[in-house]
Amino acid sequence: MSLLAIQVLNGLQLGLLMFLVAAGLTLVFGVMDFINLAHGVQYMMGAYLAATFIGWTGHFVIGLGMALIGIMVFGLLLERVMFRHLYARSHLDQVLATFGLILFLNQGVKMVWGAAPLGVPVPEWFQGSVLLGDGILYPVYRFVIIGSGLLMALVLWLVVEKTRLGMLVRAGASNATMLSALGVDVRKLFMVIFAFGTMLAGFAGAMAAPILSVEPGMGDQVLILAFVVIVIGGIGSIRGAFAGALLVGLIDTLARSYSVDFMRLFVGPAAARGIANGLSSMFIYLLMALVLFLRPDGLFPSRGRT
Amino acid sequence: MKKLVTSTILGAGLLGLSLSAASAQEPLKIGLVSVLSGPQAALGQQVRDGFQLAIKDLGGKIAGRPVEIVVIDDELKPDVAVSKVRGMLEKDKVDFVVGPVFSNILQAIHKPVTEAGSFLISPNAGTSNFAGKGCHENFFVTSYQNDQPHEVLGKFAQDKGYKRAYLIAPNYQAGKDSLAGFKRHFKGEIVDEVYTPLGTLDYASELAKIASAKPDVLFVFLPGGMGVNFVKQFRQAGLADSLPFLSAFTVDESTLPAQQDAAIGFRSGMSWAPNMDNPQSKAFVKNYEANFNIVPGSYAMQAYDAGLLINSALVATKGKTDDKAAVRAALKKADFASLRGKFKFNTNGYPIQDYYVVKVAKRTDGKFQTEIEEKIFSDYGDTYAAECGLK
Repeated sequence: MSLLAIQVLNGLQLGLLMFLVAAGLTLVFGVMDFINLAHGVQYMMGAYLAATFIGWTGHFVIGLGMALIGIMVFGLLLERVMFRHLYARSHLDQVLATFGLILFLNQGVKMVWGAAPLGVPVPEWFQGSVLLGDGILYPVYRFVIIGSGLLMALVLWLVVEKTRLGMLVRAGASNATMLSALGVDVRKLFMVIFAFGTMLAGFAGAMAAPILSVEPGMGDQVLILAFVVIVIGGIGSIRGAFAGALLVGLIDTLARSYSVDFMRLFVGPAAARGIANGLSSMFIYLLMALVLFLRPDGLFPSRGRT
Repeated sequence: MKKLVTSTILGAGLLGLSLSAASAQEPLKIGLVSVLSGPQAALGQQVRDGFQLAIKDLGGKIAGRPVEIVVIDDELKPDVAVSKVRGMLEKDKVDFVVGPVFSNILQAIHKPVTEAGSFLISPNAGTSNFAGKGCHENFFVTSYQNDQPHEVLGKFAQDKGYKRAYLIAPNYQAGKDSLAGFKRHFKGEIVDEVYTPLGTLDYASELAKIASAKPDVLFVFLPGGMGVNFVKQFRQAGLADSLPFLSAFTVDESTLPAQQDAAIGFRSGMSWAPNMDNPQSKAFVKNYEANFNIVPGSYAMQAYDAGLLINSALVATKGKTDDKAAVRAALKKADFASLRGKFKFNTNGYPIQDYYVVKVAKRTDGKFQTEIEEKIFSDYGDTYAAECGLK
């Protein structure tokens, strides 16, 4: 199998991980009209809880389950103590408050777990790698991430498209005021969505823990990418988040691996390297600008939003 | 504390001791500049803890004077560091400033400290400009010149006869310096030189390219969390069995608790490792672990040596700091039992010392550390010293 196929797999895996983070963000943003900058630290908390529980129990799946419950409780707690009071406030207030929460939690995590990065071992069943021809090995665990990301996407699609709760979520994304006027307890719906979104972000963090270092501030970079994803996909749309995440994952990975070779066609090797390094990290933002120019509502805007 | 000092001075006066003896009892003020917040705080804490441990081991006193350490957090922001250091110089009138960890902070605080007439002792950062034309008589470095840990691996790769090397570093100045340092002694073919964005999390795409390029040897400079990610992913991609892994600041005691088994057998270059075979180093490692429950890295060692260095100078001047020339001359002698054994200063205030290739190993108690594998350079000074005007 060629290098290209491997890079496509890598892009797919990054995209699915991004999807898990972006799905929660887009729901909270789309349905509740709430800008939650702290979504990245929820991802970080998921990773820390997973590292802790997997360390305690010595078992990946049990630890992961406990971390998911933990992060959901944590999400509900945040909603009750803080976010609930911000729904009616302006976007600027929300940004300020949730940004404060980022600083608070990054520092808090450091006080509890220490500043040094933590590691989570790859679960025993998924260690090792698969030979994909030409001496290129692909870790089994990355297939697990791809698989669980696809599974999560399927579950989300079923819930949003086929259940009553999903219908309410879609209705909320289109027009929350009307939904409330029809007698639906929007507050409770918000709480459920928020807890679910937090859990998705936490799940992404926990799944990423064995391949990435678990450290304070690990969510900040993910947050920026997640915003790019939901802007490309269309705010409030799960389908958009899925498409946007895969696009961002594939483009970022392919740009990183091929831009140097591509630039070499035009300029000398040293210059190509310089230009390509700058260019490859710009690509996803160029994509975002292009999408905003051609389709300001994103690729798959949620229906009824203006 | 203040009361105690005052009463000591009063008591000394009453006993009719000379005034100079009384002034020797005044606390010696030392400023400590380190990064204590943000993702790099783990390194800064080692520097702070290592230095404080040295003072504690000296009984909290240097040449009979009680020591007062003013700790400041530079937040890894040059502007913050400068304003805090200026405040410390004016308000606390510190005689010595120990710090910082990172080179960009050193660039910012070097001038304010040396201009105020205080001594600046860097326990980690050692940039080329202050080693060469920009050297200063009040500036001393207890770590290395920044290029040297990278040069160790380049020399090692050359000596081992590797022909095709693949290099990877973050896309910023230190990354470029690192690869230049590696290439100084490595004369083989460079298959590719990859610069990744600073703070990259997932190296899957780079690893696939490395695997398809099939080099003889890999050299990596990815400090902190980047190194943790890269090492784990490198191991998971199954490359560790076939491709020798050389690195600088990528596998050390600050990252090993997270990398664990994934880093075993990986190499790095340093002037010391926790298994250094001399009594003072053994005692230090044991003591540090008992106090902080982690294995000390080179950051802690260099800060500890900075404490011993200051002590040695003030013992020579009998605790006096007024005569700067005498203090400077005493500092230059480096008359202390360094944890790394042999240690002396070059004309530019940077060290002349031995460098080793170190290798990650798991200890019998389950903790991880680097261990000395092979000496690469003996009594090695930096190349920039020739440009320095100091004698």
